Amino acid sequence: MLEIKNLHVKIDGKEILKGINLKINAGEVHAIMGPNGSGKSTLAQVLAGRQEYEVTDGEVIYNGKNLLELSPEDRAREGVFLAFQYPVELPGVSNTNLLKTAVNEIRKYRGLEEYDAMEFLSLIKNRMKLVELEQSLLNRSVNEGFSGGEKKRNEIFQMAVLEPKLAILDETDSGLDIDALRIVANGVNKLKTKENATIVVTHYQRLLNYIVPDFVHVLYKGKIVKSGGKDLALELEEKGYDWIKDHADEITA
Amino acid sequence: MSTTELTTIEELANKEYKYGFVTDIEAESLPPGLDEETIKKLSAIKHEPEWMLEWRLKAYRHWLTMKEPHWSNVKYEPVDYQAISYYSAPKKKPKLNSLEEVDPELLKTFEKLGISLEEQKRLSGVAVDAVFDSVSVATTFKKSLSELGIIFCSMSEAIQNHPELVKKYMGSVVPYTDNFFAALNSAVFSDGSFVFIPKGVRCPMELSTYFRINAANTGQFERTLIIAEEGAYVSYLEGCTAPMRDENQLHAAVVELIALDNAQIKYSTVQNWYAGDKDGKGGIYNFVTKRGAARGVNSKISWTQVETGSAITWKYPSCILQGDNSIGEFYSVAVTNNMQQADTGTKMIHIGKNTKSTIISKGISAGRSNNSYRGQVKVIKRAENARNFSQCDSLLIGDKCGAHTFPYIDINNPTARIEHEATTSKIGEDQIFYLNQRGISTEDAINLIVNGYCKEVFKELPMEFAVEAQKLLSVSLEGSVG
Repeated sequence: MLEIKNLHVKIDGKEILKGINLKINAGEVHAIMGPNGSGKSTLAQVLAGRQEYEVTDGEVIYNGKNLLELSPEDRAREGVFLAFQYPVELPGVSNTNLLKTAVNEIRKYRGLEEYDAMEFLSLIKNRMKLVELEQSLLNRSVNEGFSGGEKKRNEIFQMAVLEPKLAILDETDSGLDIDALRIVANGVNKLKTKENATIVVTHYQRLLNYIVPDFVHVLYKGKIVKSGGKDLALELEEKGYDWIKDHADEITA
Repeated sequence: MSTTELTTIEELANKEYKYGFVTDIEAESLPPGLDEETIKKLSAIKHEPEWMLEWRLKAYRHWLTMKEPHWSNVKYEPVDYQAISYYSAPKKKPKLNSLEEVDPELLKTFEKLGISLEEQKRLSGVAVDAVFDSVSVATTFKKSLSELGIIFCSMSEAIQNHPELVKKYMGSVVPYTDNFFAALNSAVFSDGSFVFIPKGVRCPMELSTYFRINAANTGQFERTLIIAEEGAYVSYLEGCTAPMRDENQLHAAVVELIALDNAQIKYSTVQNWYAGDKDGKGGIYNFVTKRGAARGVNSKISWTQVETGSAITWKYPSCILQGDNSIGEFYSVAVTNNMQQADTGTKMIHIGKNTKSTIISKGISAGRSNNSYRGQVKVIKRAENARNFSQCDSLLIGDKCGAHTFPYIDINNPTARIEHEATTSKIGEDQIFYLNQRGISTEDAINLIVNGYCKEVFKELPMEFAVEAQKLLSVSLEGSVG
């Protein structure tokens, strides 16, 4: 589904990603872990199409298409979804209105008929249950005055409505208490199918107790320095990032 | 700001005015220039009674003693009042009972604008008095309205057929001495709409007029007068589009509203005159005096405006709250893009007891434009228990535009309660990217944000107008934001 080859990315002249290679198949969950500043969020943002980042080398093939050539909205329409680390507030724009516009833009792109109000309503009613979202959040302005937990839950709710092929969760666990974490993780798990894939970007192993990854990759100084199964996350948790730093510095030395 | 954002802003700003075309109808015009002779000729063409000519001449003589004001926050080349032609009318003088008799060229123009009269008649049940250039060419639904005693006609007709009402009310809210442009309008007004709702009648449909400036070099001096007698209600819609033009066109309209006891007038405007090209060349100067007198007890006047066009907009739809318990409302969305300038707002003058006013103003600036809110809330000494709530928000798109707020508050009675809130915000790159990431294009993202921002005002518009206003906003901001 997704193949990242030798991806190099710069921002403000500084190289953040220094040759990322990663292959993700449909049905898989990949966790990307790493210490602060290792480039995890940069990777997520670049995949979603944030323009400030300059790709200096490498390529990203997504379902046979050159992802980096697509506009951010076309990537979304092709099924790439980013759950933001810091979801933005959109005063005056109701959650429902955003989602209706988004769903129909995506459907139009795929040559499907747009949903009418009734069809849309039944879709969101059904999806709300997945993340135990309160009805009142639907009519409120997107993320405005939401608590940290509500914002993250709202991201997963949007994901549930848009049904992406490739979901990228950027630090979705940060700022969540344990109950909210469980709700969010449950939602993500229920959305998992054989056809879609998920990238979970996280600093802590905690989330991975709930969303169990098939692969864990450790990002350090812009490179993937170690990959493994779900046990790698536990090992990391136990030994700390210093262990990986020593390990990585050994390799690069 | 990233370079992408800038590119998008430029792209949006570069879109051409969608309604730029000129209708090919021979116009009968007076040669440019203004003196007493011009006014006499104008009055004669319109077969006006003596008293009307006298009134025009008085206004003209007063105008000669006045100076063009320059206190607004707008800049423009001086207007040469002698270079303007003060009358232009479609040459084939139509006497119309139905749309079939309307010049087909004209109908085509309306169709291009998406405001086909047939469409309107059939679909929305709106009675339309279309003012094309300066002469009314079609008045529909007149019959069913007249059964209720409602008069809805052009100002010229009203002068002929209802002189007692015109004499009584015209100039009673905006006297010709009021200001420079009102004096000019009083001297040379070409036509406009006249509405009279008799005692106890609730007008069963939205009354609507589309103005369109067509002949080049013809200043437009519309004059509108709306009277709601005791207990009457009327909702009036005014919407405008104009063809592309290189020369600046002056538009100095006067609108007067009079609400007697328990009467209510709702006046909505969607204004989309040619704003000039992206360098500010051409475009309409829109210097308008709009004022409503809530004369009776419990009377109410509401202004709702969506201003997206004109090179320069200079207008303050105001309410004089004379009657006890009278209410004044002002809801405004003013959009400026490219080189547009707008200085707009309202005046709420509290005179009666227990009067209330609400001001909701949403300014949106994009491109290199400048958008100013200027508003006055005045409570006179004997106005017990006056209430005002004002909210003035500014939204910036890009980093080359300006937003300004000039509130004037003048309170002379200690029982008054006045609230003023103001905010300034900017459409952020983060917001756009967030929406992009949900599959929404930049243009649609901006529309979503802007429409969300204007929601409070749009909900005051009649349904069909609200839809039109939203479309207009997207057209105005096309390519403008990043």
